[in-house]
Amino acid sequence: MTGQALTAQSMGAISCEFCGMLVSNNFIESHSQHCPRCDAHLHSRKANSLKRTTALLIAASILYFPANLYPILTLISFGKSTTNTIMGGVIELANAGQWSIAAIVFIASVFVPIFKIAALFFLVLSVHFKMSWKTRQRALLYRFTEYVGRWSMIDIFMISILIALVKLQAIATVTAGPGAIAFAAVVIITMFAAMTFDPRLIWDNSGEEDDGQ
Amino acid sequence: MCFTREGVAIETDFSYTDALLACPECDLIHEVAELEDGEQGRCIRCGAILFMKHRNSLDRALAFAMTGLLFFILANMYPLLTFELDGRSQSNRLIDGAIAFMDAGYWELGLVVFVSSVVAPLMVLVILITLLLPMRLNRFPINAQGQMRLLSYLRPWAMSEIFILGIIVAFVKLSDFADVGLGPSLVAFVCMVFATVMAYITLDDEAIWNRLKELKK
Ligand SMILES: [Zn+2]
Repeated sequence: MTGQALTAQSMGAISCEFCGMLVSNNFIESHSQHCPRCDAHLHSRKANSLKRTTALLIAASILYFPANLYPILTLISFGKSTTNTIMGGVIELANAGQWSIAAIVFIASVFVPIFKIAALFFLVLSVHFKMSWKTRQRALLYRFTEYVGRWSMIDIFMISILIALVKLQAIATVTAGPGAIAFAAVVIITMFAAMTFDPRLIWDNSGEEDDGQ
Repeated sequence: MCFTREGVAIETDFSYTDALLACPECDLIHEVAELEDGEQGRCIRCGAILFMKHRNSLDRALAFAMTGLLFFILANMYPLLTFELDGRSQSNRLIDGAIAFMDAGYWELGLVVFVSSVVAPLMVLVILITLLLPMRLNRFPINAQGQMRLLSYLRPWAMSEIFILGIIVAFVKLSDFADVGLGPSLVAFVCMVFATVMAYITLDDEAIWNRLKELKK
């Protein structure tokens, strides 16, 4: 068998995104737009995937600045106050000798968000320009990006625990800073950006031959 | 591991079928293969996991979900961490983080933390039970299709496993200048996360759909 790989789209069918039932276009035209098994709305590719992902990425890129420039928390202890930005928190952990925790927070809060925005921008552009280069690697990049995105929430949970736990007025108090809102917004918006991107688009124009291995 | 491949002649004259499966990540058509217990089927083109097979999948997932719900209740009853400084002590429960954000005027953050650490993890466990328990008792679950879809919508927003890392970082940050102790609910919370992960790992969507088809008859 040579030529294009056999996909649901090329055989005139749609795969239900929730339950995986393969429904033919004939059935959809004559019966309904909804999956006969799980009742979900059927569509071959996510609607306006590239536009939506791009819009969300632009919003996340803008919010990335306040997320990193404004403080995410302030600790007051015995009258002495320390204010942390995202990066400041990492540096403080490193200075305290907590290298492994500092590394985890750095990866989750600094590296992952910027990596995610860059990777999704790259994937959007690669699909837009119908690149056929390293299709499988780009598919892996998408899967990885989608998987790691949620882990950036570590810092938000850490702040929520600190402000709930440390409230001894003048002795020790932790308060949240405005950077935390922008940071949470970046994480959530990039999660939506990954969800609206349709990875099948990577393969649609890849021109990959089906060698029937 | 098992790789499946479309045959040379594939039946394309169907109205709908579950004998063929399109890869959710690249759309490539595969024939659904018979798998042994514990085997995974992956897409031969992009490597995405297509299906998993588990013996007694539904019973095991139900048992894990019920265990998880029990631990979830325990995780909400007692403190997660205790904090002692200068002779005064404080503790926090799971829900307190969301409340503290709201009290401080950060209601958006309060909402995000409430949904991702309390509501979504709880709903995942409850839906697993309201889906699987009736099926165990040979009844058709109420709005099974809607529950299945809700489950997949909720999944990325239930972030208990990430919350554990948040606890660890908070613990390390505080132990620098105060005595921080582990509360009884922390153990329950970790057990809840473990049970939820196990319920997901053992759950076999295909087995659910097949069982629902049987029950409909
Ligand atoms: Zn695939």
